[in-house]
Amino acid sequence: MTGAFSLAWIVLLLPLVSAALITLFTLKNDKLSAKISIGAVIGGFVLSLLIFLTGGTSGEHNITWISIGDFQATLGVRIDALSSLMLLVVTGVGSLIHWYSQGYMKGDRSYSRYFACLSMFTFSMLGIVLASNFMQMFIFWELVGVSSYLLIGFWYERPAAADASKKAFLTNRIGDFGFILGIIMVWAAAGSLNFTELQGIFGANPEVLGATAGLAGVLLFCGAMGKSAQFPLHVWLPDAMEGPTPVSALIHAATMVAAGVFMLCRIFFLLSPDALMVIAWIGGITALMAAVIALQQNDIKRILAYSTLSQLGYMVMAVGLHAPGAAMFHLTTHAFFKAMLFLGAGSVIHALHHEQDIWKMGGLKEKMPATYKTFLIGTLALCGVFPLSGFFSKDGILAAAADFRHHGNMVLFAFGVLAAVLTTLYMARLVLVAFHGSNRSDSASHAHESPSVMTGPLWILLIPSIISGWLPIESFVNSGIGIEHAGGHTEAPLAMAFSTLALLIGGSVAWALYGKQRETDPIADNLHGLSTALKNRLYFDEIFSGLIFITHEAISKLAGWLDRAVLGGFVVKGLYNVVDVLGRGIRLFQTGSIQTYAFLFVLGVAFVLYFVIGGIL
Amino acid sequence: MQELLFYIFSALTLICGFLVVANPFTRNPVTSAMFLVLTIVSMAGLFVLLNAFFLAAVQVMVYAGAVIVLFLFVIMLLDVKEVERQHYNLFGVVLGLLGLLSVGGMLIKAILASGVGKDLHPHMEGTTKDLGMKLFTDYVLPFEIMGVLLLVGMIGVILLSKKNLR
Amino acid sequence: MIGLEQYLIVSALLFSLGMMGVILRRNLIVIYMGLELMLNAANLALVSFSRFTDTIDGQVMVFFVITVAAAEVAVGLALIVALYRKRQTTEVGDLTSLKL
Repeated sequence: MTGAFSLAWIVLLLPLVSAALITLFTLKNDKLSAKISIGAVIGGFVLSLLIFLTGGTSGEHNITWISIGDFQATLGVRIDALSSLMLLVVTGVGSLIHWYSQGYMKGDRSYSRYFACLSMFTFSMLGIVLASNFMQMFIFWELVGVSSYLLIGFWYERPAAADASKKAFLTNRIGDFGFILGIIMVWAAAGSLNFTELQGIFGANPEVLGATAGLAGVLLFCGAMGKSAQFPLHVWLPDAMEGPTPVSALIHAATMVAAGVFMLCRIFFLLSPDALMVIAWIGGITALMAAVIALQQNDIKRILAYSTLSQLGYMVMAVGLHAPGAAMFHLTTHAFFKAMLFLGAGSVIHALHHEQDIWKMGGLKEKMPATYKTFLIGTLALCGVFPLSGFFSKDGILAAAADFRHHGNMVLFAFGVLAAVLTTLYMARLVLVAFHGSNRSDSASHAHESPSVMTGPLWILLIPSIISGWLPIESFVNSGIGIEHAGGHTEAPLAMAFSTLALLIGGSVAWALYGKQRETDPIADNLHGLSTALKNRLYFDEIFSGLIFITHEAISKLAGWLDRAVLGGFVVKGLYNVVDVLGRGIRLFQTGSIQTYAFLFVLGVAFVLYFVIGGIL
Repeated sequence: MQELLFYIFSALTLICGFLVVANPFTRNPVTSAMFLVLTIVSMAGLFVLLNAFFLAAVQVMVYAGAVIVLFLFVIMLLDVKEVERQHYNLFGVVLGLLGLLSVGGMLIKAILASGVGKDLHPHMEGTTKDLGMKLFTDYVLPFEIMGVLLLVGMIGVILLSKKNLR
Repeated sequence: MIGLEQYLIVSALLFSLGMMGVILRRNLIVIYMGLELMLNAANLALVSFSRFTDTIDGQVMVFFVITVAAAEVAVGLALIVALYRKRQTTEVGDLTSLKL
C-alpha cells in the first residue's frame, strides 16, 4: 500500500470518526462538535490536495470484507483522475460549507446533531467517490440517501421538513431499485463488480452484456436519475430545500446530486449507445423543464433548486452525448458557484429571519454588499458570462451537443440553448427582484450583512467560481476515463455564438420585465394560466400522487380481494368448513352408546386382521 | 366315537351359543341365561374330549353353578321382563353382521391358512395332578394374586351394592 | 381324526357369536352373556393348544381366566344393579351419558 492509498483511507475514515465522536461524546458540547467536524473535513481536504498534487498515482487498494465461496465483497479505495478531482470538490466545498454552518446554525438546539449528520454525509459521499466496486458504491449510495434524509428532515418538528425528507428518501429508493437491478445484471453478465476488472472485461469484449446492454445501462442510470434528480424522479429536490440552507448548498447543489453524474462517468465504459441516448434525452428534458419551472418560483431556495435541476440535466445530457469530461467539468464549476449561490441565499435568509419569498425582499444590494457581490458573480457564472467558470463548462456541453458529426443532436442542442436563455432569465429575475429596487417588507428593510464566518466562505468560493473555468479539467477527466475527446473544438464557435446569443436574449428580456421596480410579477399578471402551472411545478407532484393513488387503490383492491376471497374465503373459511364438516361427520360416531363403540372397535380389529391376513376367506 | 362326540358337542355349543345371543322366539334374558348354561355344559364336554377333566369340572361348577346363578339373581332382582323393545336399526344390524362375518371369516381363514395343526397330535394327558403341580410351583405367585383379586372383587361388589354410595 | 384346526374353528365361531351378542343386543345382561361366550371361546382355544402342543400351561391359563371371569361377572353385575337403581333401565340405548 503506497502512501496515496493510506491517505485516501484516512480521508475516507476521518469524517466517520468525527461523526462517531460527536454522537458518542460531544453531543452536549456544541463548540467542540463543530470543531471536530470541521477539522475532519478540512483535514480531508488537505490530504486530498496532497493526493491530487502528488498525482501520478492511479489504481486501487482493496480489503476483503466478506468472503462467501467464490464471491468476495471488497471495500477499497480507487484513485484516478475522476476520484481525485471529485475528492477535491467534495472536501473543498464541504470544508467551506462546514465553516459557514457554524454561523448559520448558531443557536440551533441540535447544533451537535447537525454536525454529526454533516460528517456522516461527508463520509458517505467520499465512500462513493473512492468506491472501487459496484457493491461498495451501492452501500455508500444508500448511506448518502440516509444522511440526506437525516439532514432534510433536520428540523423534523416541522411537518413540511419531515414530509420532504420522506419524499426524498422514497423517490431515491425508486431509483436505487433500478440501480441495484442494473448492478445485478452487470454482475450476472460479467461476473465482477470491480470497476477496474469490469473495464478490462468490457475493453476486451464490449458485447459482454449482449442484447440487454441498453436495459442494464438504463437501469444503472435509474440510480443516477434518483440521486441527481432527473426527470421524472426530480420531484424530491425542490422539496429538499426544507433542510437547512448549508445542507441545500452542500448536498442538494454541490455534492450529493452530483453523485449521479459522477457515477455515470465512472461506469461510462459499460454504457451502450442506446442507454446513452436515453440518458442524453432525459438530461435534455430535465434541463429545459426545470428551467421553465424556475421562471415562476418565488422562494429563493426553490429557484436555486430548479436551477440545480436544470444544470444537472446539462451534465447528464453531456454524459449521454459521450462527453463525460464536459460533464465533470461542469459538475466541478457548478459545485463552486452553486454552493456560493446557496450560501448567499442562506445569508439572505438568515439576515431576513427566515424570509424566503423574493417578492418580500428587494433593495438588499445596499444592506448586504458582500452577499450581493458574491451572489451576482455566482449568477453571472451560472449564466455563462465570459470569462467566469460557467462559460467554459457550459460551452463544453453545448459543443458536445453541437458536434453533429459524432454524437451531437440538433434537438438537444436547441434544448440546451433554450435552457441557457431561461437560465439567464430566471437568475436575472432573482437578482433584480431580490437585491435591486426598494424594500418590499419590514424584514427586508431591517436586514443587515451576515457575520464574517458566513461571508468568508462566500469570498473564498468566489475564487474558484471565477477561475476554475480556465483549468484543463475536461481533458484531465477524459484522459483519466480513457476516452479521447470526441469532437475537438471545431464546433466550439457555434456553441459559443449561441450561448452568447442566449445570454443576450435572456438578459434583455429579464431587464425588460424586471428592470423597473415592481411589486408583482408581470408574467403572473399577464400569462395567468401558464404562471399558475409553473408555480405548481407543472403539476408533477399532483400527477405522481394521482398515479400513486390509482396504483395504490388498485393494489389495495387486489390485496383486499386476495385477503377476503382467497385467504379469508378459501383458506380460512375453507379450513373452517373442512374442520366443520369433518367434525359433523365424526360427531355421528359419538353416539354415547357403548355398543357403537364396541362395533367400531370390532371394525378396527377387522381392518387390522384384514391387513395382517390379507383378505376375507 | 370321539369324532362323533366332538361333532355333537360342537354343534350343541354353537347352536346354544347362537340361541343365547339371538333367540328368534323370545327376547327374555332368562332364556338366554338358560341357553348359556347349555353352552357351557357342552363346552365342558369338549374339555373332556381334550382330556382336561379338571377344567371341565371347574367349568361346570363355576359357570353353571355360580355365574349363571348370579345372572339369574340379577335378572330376578331387576325384574326385567319383556324389556327388549326391539326396534332394530336394520342398517346397524346389517353392518354389525357384516363386521362379524368378516372377523369370523378372517379368523377361520387364518386358522386354516396358517397350518397351525399340521404334524400336531393330541399327546398331553393333562391330569389334575399335573395341573396342580404346575399351579403350585411355577404359577404359585399368580395363583396367590388371583386370590387377592377375588377378595378385591368381593369387596368391590359389596361396596357397589350398598344402597347409599357416598 | 379331529385335529387342532377343528377345535379352533369352533372357538372362532363361538367367539364371533359372542361378539354378535355384544354388538347387536340391547340388554346389558345379555351383552354380558355375550362377553362370557367370548371368554369361553378363548378358553376352548387355550385348552386345545395345550392338548396339541403338549404343554399344561394353557390349562393353567384357562384356570386363571375362569377365576377372573367369575370375579368380573360379580363386579359387572353389581355395576348393572347399581346403574339400574340410578337409571331404572338396562337398555344400552338409554345409557348415552358418554355423549357430550
